[in-house]
Amino acid sequence: MTGAPVRRGGPDLGSLTLKELARPGRRAWTFPVLDVPLVELPAEHGRSAGPDLPEVSEIDIVRHFTRLSQMNYGVDTGFYPLGSCSMKYNPKVAETVAALPGFQRLHPHQPEETVQGALELLWRLERALCEVTGMARVTFQPPAGASGELTGLLVMRAYHTKNGNPRSKIVIPDSSHGTNPASVSLSGYQVVQVPSDARGLVDVGQLEKLVDEDVAGLMLTNPNTLGLFEDEIEGIAEVLHRAGALLYYDGANLNAIIGRVRPGDMGFDVVHMNTHKTFATPHGGGGPGAGPVAVGQSLERFLPAPLLGFDQDSGRYYWDHDRPDSIGRVHGFNGNFGVLVRAFAYVFGHGRDGLREVGERAVLNANYLACLVKGDYPLAFPGRPMHEFVSTARPMKRHGVRAMDVAKRLIDLGFHPPTVYFPLVVEEAMMVEPTETESKETLDAFAKALLQVAREAGADPHLLHEAPVTAPVRRLDEAQAARELKLRW
Amino acid sequence: MRFAPHTDDDAREMLAACGLSSIDELFAHLPPGVTLDRELGIPEGLSEMELVSEMRRLAARNRHADDLVCFAGGGAYDHYVPSVVWALAGRSELYTSYTPYQPEISQGVLQILFEYQSMICELTGLEVSNASLYDGPTALVEAVHMATSATGRSRILVAEALDSRYLQTLQTYGAGEHFGVETIANDRGVTRVEGIVGEPAAVVVQHPNGWGNLEPARDLFGAAHAAGARAIEVFDPLSLGVVASPAELGADIAVGEGQVLGNHLNYGGPYLGVIAARMQDVRRMPGRIVGETADVDGARGYVLTLQAREQHIRREKATSNICTNQTLMAVAATVYLAWLGPEGLRELGQQCLAKTRYAAERLSGLSDTGLKYPEAEFFKEFVVRTERDPVAIQSALLEAGFLTGPIVGNDGLLVSVTERRTREEIDAFTKAFEEAIQ
Repeated sequence: MTGAPVRRGGPDLGSLTLKELARPGRRAWTFPVLDVPLVELPAEHGRSAGPDLPEVSEIDIVRHFTRLSQMNYGVDTGFYPLGSCSMKYNPKVAETVAALPGFQRLHPHQPEETVQGALELLWRLERALCEVTGMARVTFQPPAGASGELTGLLVMRAYHTKNGNPRSKIVIPDSSHGTNPASVSLSGYQVVQVPSDARGLVDVGQLEKLVDEDVAGLMLTNPNTLGLFEDEIEGIAEVLHRAGALLYYDGANLNAIIGRVRPGDMGFDVVHMNTHKTFATPHGGGGPGAGPVAVGQSLERFLPAPLLGFDQDSGRYYWDHDRPDSIGRVHGFNGNFGVLVRAFAYVFGHGRDGLREVGERAVLNANYLACLVKGDYPLAFPGRPMHEFVSTARPMKRHGVRAMDVAKRLIDLGFHPPTVYFPLVVEEAMMVEPTETESKETLDAFAKALLQVAREAGADPHLLHEAPVTAPVRRLDEAQAARELKLRW
Repeated sequence: MRFAPHTDDDAREMLAACGLSSIDELFAHLPPGVTLDRELGIPEGLSEMELVSEMRRLAARNRHADDLVCFAGGGAYDHYVPSVVWALAGRSELYTSYTPYQPEISQGVLQILFEYQSMICELTGLEVSNASLYDGPTALVEAVHMATSATGRSRILVAEALDSRYLQTLQTYGAGEHFGVETIANDRGVTRVEGIVGEPAAVVVQHPNGWGNLEPARDLFGAAHAAGARAIEVFDPLSLGVVASPAELGADIAVGEGQVLGNHLNYGGPYLGVIAARMQDVRRMPGRIVGETADVDGARGYVLTLQAREQHIRREKATSNICTNQTLMAVAATVYLAWLGPEGLRELGQQCLAKTRYAAERLSGLSDTGLKYPEAEFFKEFVVRTERDPVAIQSALLEAGFLTGPIVGNDGLLVSVTERRTREEIDAFTKAFEEAIQ
């Protein structure tokens, strides 16, 4: 129900590094005896001194990493309402199927005739993702959301270049995720920010003034990063399209509307999805994800090569390398296939009814939680939240308490904190995304904890400033880490 | 499958708490013009049993490296993955967490990444690494971006012998970042030092190169420095028990494909982009970097550091757009490198070297065939020159139960031999090869 606090490591070997555990001559490795003649490299190519890797036994390794895992909080540990990250339950069956040798032991250079099952899986996943997004084709090469953004922007650039002028600017909302402007720069465009209006939505009047013949497109999440639905999306699309510009859908928040609203029907031309958000592939401590990009028919020719093909007559799947207008390759092989296998399991396990229910329950959970806590943590904007909401801890400032203090106190109460200080346009922002896989009891317990912290902020702010005290370490000195760089042992 | 735990009563109570009586009211503010008025055209959901059956059927349509003997290489290799690697990297406290934004409850992943960075520095001899990039080719793009930023130049010289997937990826990103890529010709399978001319931002050399050959890397990187360029080495992490390290060879930035470090073949991903550099470029590094620090009680701990480089702070001026990376693959690499240790890494390198040499000698002894680059030294793969169409030979070998490739040009087939291959398998492969070329 509620999250268990992460335990402190054992007092003796608590957090020794592998290097500190190592003893000369100890080892874990085993290899068969070499059954062919030994060979030496010529001196010019040989290594002069071996790398100083730690020498440890297998049980040292097992206990070390087990202990470290116990110092880590995951979705399987407890509630993880990290806004904008969709930390939902990662189904175990997805791990089971991804580990089948017929998927896990495929070499990427295998001839097509030996991987027809893998290609069929990708083809069916592509058809499903096209249906979810209202798009025509998908590339699976981008290995993460930011990579998908850059791929989509390069596709937009190729489209405009083909039409005679690549244009020079991309518009993004001031509330956008940091990867948006970073990807814009890498794609060779300049960033133009459009402000949010009093409702926390794109200011369409301002947008109209910004959009001209130099604008290649607008990047938008919908629901946006404040968790609010851009209800003027049809007008926004018209502003962009009238100027010959394209509309890019950042799929970070697709979870809210899946099965109910499709980016293509809102007028978007390019869409990236984060399989680790919407389709519950594990976040892996920071990755891997997968960032498939879907486009409408007019942009298909520009997608990365190779693109998957299917020959109906022979019933055979193949990689189509003959794509002269393609932007090229954005990944070494064909993307994070192992992650896509898990996404397939999620999509087809849920089916059309299950997917729609995902979005409904995600929005229900966020709204319910917002109702429980908004008295003490006012919503940054008044509109109805979708799958997440942004509150502010501003009222606590008068007690000398910041959003970060609330976050750290929540750790002591057994929860992973929400995202704090994002979006940047909200003072003392706390961005809460419960996801659909949490029960009413968990949300009640979390709300109770948040309200307790709000009371403590006034009555005993010391508790918040000292927190956390139950975690494996207390607050860490980030300034020292950046000043006295110690990036390796 | 369903994972939302709500009972009907729960949903009713929760809606009532918001002053609502139906789910649809939560979506009532969405414009009707964009709302889907039908069900998605996706099949009904499946039970877990049905799903597993269906996915087993798909998996069974593939042949794989357990039922074929793998001599394929070219950027992905059939190295042995010890049981301990995924028994530990597969612990769900690790794989169900995300980027360690709250360090106090993320010390597990943070310390592992610190240890990963440390071991990558030990391997390469360089001074700083990061918490992972997507894969080898995209890591090269990041390295090139560091070089253009450091030198203020935009011309990138790339050895022709670089794996073509790296070159293609670089060219794609060059379109946006405005760097130009030119290739340096090779002579008998290794890169010509004379090809390094002008004022490039970077000289990129893969070592061993895309054909498996060891390059005159010291000379190439010396020439790169003389031209004022950053020397970038694309390296194989598992070669470094026996092959000179990037630092010894003079590389400023080293990038590599970390699939070989305990990660499965996975049909090309998820893999692991490895990067290491000298401290002169630390503030140009892409992605997350973990640093050691202390908590308020003075206890040792780890945090994400130098975040002023990153997209969530610096936005359009960030060193890279990377956010989600391949941390779990780096966790696997850390366990694997601990399992190997220095002696295991050397033993593995020697086995690759010896078995590859043995295979090359067996194959080049066949009539009508030989090595495409007989004068070059190699580590764990080489190109066999074929008189017949290499596609036909590859197919015949597949029939006989062997994976090979990729195909190189119109007369070459790459053959890769890891520590997993036995003398018996190499002998059987040689026999099959002999039959295939007849």
